Amino acid sequence: MASETARTQPKPTSRPDSRPTSERPAPVTPEPRYIGKSFRRVDGRAKVTGATLFADDLAFPRMCFMKLVRSTVPHGLIRNIDFSKAREVEGYLGSITGADTPVPFGILPVSQDEHALCPDKVRMVGDPVAAVAAVTEDAAVEAALAVEVEYQELATIASLEEALATPEPRIHDYPKEGGNVHKAVSMEFGQVEDALAGADLVLEDVFFYEGSTHLPMEQHAAVAVPEDIDRLTLYSSTQTPHYVHRALAKVLELPPSRIRVVACSNGGGFGGKSDPFNHEIAAAKMALLLGRPVKISLTREEVFYCHRGRHPVLMSMKTGFSKDGHILGQHLKTALDGGAYGSYGVASTYYTGALQTVTYKLPAYRFDGVRVFTNKAPCGPKRGHGTPQPRFGWEVQLDKAAEKLSMDPAKLRLQNLEEPGRTTANWLQIGTMGLRRCIEAVVEGSDWSTRYGNLPAGRGLGLACGSYLCGAGLPIYWNHMPQSGVQLLLDRSGSVAVYCGEAEIGQGSDSVLAAITAEVLGIELADIRLCVGDTGFTPVDLGSYSSRVTLMAGNAALEAAQRARALLAEAVCDLLEIAADHLVFADNRVFDSSDPENGMSFQEACVAAEAKFGTLSTVGSYIPPRSPGKYRGAGVGPSPTYSYTAAVIEIEVDSETGLYRPVHVWIAHDIGRSLNPVMVLGQVEGSVYMGLGEAMMEEQAYRRLPAKYSSSLVHKHPSMLEYKSPTFLDMPPVTSYLIEDPDPEGPYGAKEVGQGPLLPVMPALANAIFDAVGVRIDQVPIQPHMILRALAAKARGKAARFGPSSFPEIDFGEILHVPTPEQGGDGRSIDDYRHKLRSGMRSASGTMTTREEALEKHGKLTTD
Amino acid sequence: MPSPLNDFTSLVLEINGERRAVAFPSHHTLLEVLREECGLTGTKHGCELGECGTCAVLVDGRPVLSCLVLTAEMEGKSIETVEGLAQGNELHPLQAALADLGAAQCGYCTPGILMAAKALLAERPDAERKDIEQALAGNLCRCTGYHKIVEGIEWAAAVMRGEDAEPPHHVLYGEPEPAAAQVPVSAPGAVSEPAPNARLEPPKGQNG
Repeated sequence: MASETARTQPKPTSRPDSRPTSERPAPVTPEPRYIGKSFRRVDGRAKVTGATLFADDLAFPRMCFMKLVRSTVPHGLIRNIDFSKAREVEGYLGSITGADTPVPFGILPVSQDEHALCPDKVRMVGDPVAAVAAVTEDAAVEAALAVEVEYQELATIASLEEALATPEPRIHDYPKEGGNVHKAVSMEFGQVEDALAGADLVLEDVFFYEGSTHLPMEQHAAVAVPEDIDRLTLYSSTQTPHYVHRALAKVLELPPSRIRVVACSNGGGFGGKSDPFNHEIAAAKMALLLGRPVKISLTREEVFYCHRGRHPVLMSMKTGFSKDGHILGQHLKTALDGGAYGSYGVASTYYTGALQTVTYKLPAYRFDGVRVFTNKAPCGPKRGHGTPQPRFGWEVQLDKAAEKLSMDPAKLRLQNLEEPGRTTANWLQIGTMGLRRCIEAVVEGSDWSTRYGNLPAGRGLGLACGSYLCGAGLPIYWNHMPQSGVQLLLDRSGSVAVYCGEAEIGQGSDSVLAAITAEVLGIELADIRLCVGDTGFTPVDLGSYSSRVTLMAGNAALEAAQRARALLAEAVCDLLEIAADHLVFADNRVFDSSDPENGMSFQEACVAAEAKFGTLSTVGSYIPPRSPGKYRGAGVGPSPTYSYTAAVIEIEVDSETGLYRPVHVWIAHDIGRSLNPVMVLGQVEGSVYMGLGEAMMEEQAYRRLPAKYSSSLVHKHPSMLEYKSPTFLDMPPVTSYLIEDPDPEGPYGAKEVGQGPLLPVMPALANAIFDAVGVRIDQVPIQPHMILRALAAKARGKAARFGPSSFPEIDFGEILHVPTPEQGGDGRSIDDYRHKLRSGMRSASGTMTTREEALEKHGKLTTD
Repeated sequence: MPSPLNDFTSLVLEINGERRAVAFPSHHTLLEVLREECGLTGTKHGCELGECGTCAVLVDGRPVLSCLVLTAEMEGKSIETVEGLAQGNELHPLQAALADLGAAQCGYCTPGILMAAKALLAERPDAERKDIEQALAGNLCRCTGYHKIVEGIEWAAAVMRGEDAEPPHHVLYGEPEPAAAQVPVSAPGAVSEPAPNARLEPPKGQNG
């Protein structure tokens, strides 16, 4: 191993190179040690030995157990809660109700509509109405079952259609417009009507995308440990310790400085652990009241009630094309069934429109979206957050357009590609763009040009693409502070501690931090210790969502490590008289690249620097660049750069039964640069898997009994057996291509990979079915009966299609008109101009800030 | 109702070759006793209903779902958990392979998968891909898409057979980009070591 060599190298000498700098050999940049190499992740050993501690693995002295009493009715008012029988259970310690947690919370500042325990009203089966604690978990379960709750039932609102048609009873008393519409948005970029009127081909399709859930293998768990009457630590399986910290402070009405949240390693998240949850807050409240640690571990059924998964979305997509296959304009309408709470829903709504523009040039674009409340578990962000649904529609519609125009679907896409560096019609700034190479790779790999359209009956190929954020441009709450911070602590031992608020959810964020730090400092991963996801000790990172950690925390780590290297370099250069630009950090040494024997070990460099500067610590932080969009709603969609993916799926369909099987997947992902290729491949393959699950079988669906018998609206299958997800036997072979086109915004050029590769999977599958048997399935999951119904319709001479037939009339509110860059706009809406003229005020809502602005406003944010 | 404190069982369990005395409520499963009474939290739970495979352990060499087994029935049996796989500080070949290939992402399903794979390879050292997929069909994993796990087990199986095996290049680095497709889209930048403030510049000109 290289490290062994390094350790046995000659001791550093103090003999400086006597030649003048100009005569010395040019400095040599060493080969990267980790970046771009496939190496074992830093937590790999702990994970295969069972040593990794997840939240439910923690135990503390005097720890007791809590269970939630959950609503058995979908919509109702709480009339009475009787604890008398619960108190009889041996081991019972105490109980709390909504009266103990009256302050509402929610992940978005505009949707503070949840309670740790419902104070007066329940909005879904599974809503928590009380919590009981007991000495053992068995006793807590028994006591919770013994609690008797009386409800006054309200009419159940079960679907999008019912929510639109039923203004009363309201599930929430906001927004002020009334009814059960949570959010409505309407915006137009350019002149869509004109574009469609001038089109040679206009396609209008209605699509439906069913909801699905994350199904992380780990059930959520939390342990609250009180440290005083007003001070505690909460350990939790959360992707977003910082937001949990904020919610706890708000509901417990304590200064945030008295609360510490530790994100344990998550046993899978996929977006399902990115909200602050009622059980976390209730456990914290209970711990403060009882004065002892309180653990809560959810059952699998309860995890289905936490949900926050994929929104069911009904979509109408109307797009105009020229006869030579150029996209002229699109009008997209989306309607989201949000479930019982706001969650990320406002952002989700915008996301069903925002990223339609980043793959192909779309000169004119109108987006109307609406989200409604229903009495079901709340939807939120699942891998791809709001974008897989319209992406499904868009890529299927492109396939239909190619068919109508007699064009190859790959060629149609290639000729419409967005360009690197361009600003889209809705004012998103494209960075690097490797989609052309992605398409070419999967086309080549699948032998598309000879096989597409030419396979035997029942066999088909389908192509689709996608794009995703590398971190949301804006934080969830408006502020001017960094989105990610990293602190390094070095000392005379040569060890380097990395502190960062990011949460390791399995995606490998710990390894990204460690690898970047090790690479910059020329040391080994084993010389680095990580302290992450701990709001008491680490600089804030907003969390593991929106595919932000590699880019944002990675950049913060890069900055902190470069500052540390600068300190060490200054000390070493002074001692050994080496020109700064000749200094190399590699193989655990710091040395003159033109005279490698002139140097010292990394540890000796730390000693020199500690002697020169005192205790050694550096920080790095990251704020995304400003986005050019300045209209209301422009805050959702911007990202420092976007990843791109293309996929081809080969499929086998039995037209007798409708059963089908994906035979092979070719997928190419524009990663910018792979920091660790084997882990990048793991994300790509995992995305293909999860995409196939959504495309083929997964549904978070509900069952309603006939109203004359019951108002009950229950989850169809809140168990892992009946909520179908793909097994080892269902996964087709996957050929993955990692397309590298380093992006200047990413650390070492890296972009995201956790979410983007999921996006093309669902539409590629639907397109493959069309190539195989000539029918269009305009909804997911695609079930065998849908194929049979479409084949039967085709045989009868009707439309060879299965899918929703119509999109309801919806009031999307007042339309916002935004001139596009090509129209000479400046990122504001026309209405913003009027407002500005009227009020003379700066209109900047929802825009990003520059670091320069932030520094100007708040003074220097970071110090060496 | 009878107090659970009146209905408990005490017996000696043999776990990973170590015998220990435990006392537990009689209705508690092996999963609960391993995690709670024995402190062996490496064995995980995903459903506690026998649906996900996460809690798999070996009993007398055979994989069982510890959430479906009563501990009271375990007297005299040999129980193996993930904690017993490594020999001293040396990882079992299955552990090393899964760690090296990133086949443990969140790592939550990993202990169950390791135990099921160990049982398979004990019975069929030359297990092929189909056998592996069949043997592990009861273990769900939401992170990996299963391929890295299968490739890791294949690699470990070869190592355990004494072969000098390495994972294929495409398993570690992906398929090489087809030559026809290697057309740079944007100018290759010198990004091997970006200056920290390079990314702070305002966005470049629009529609250039």
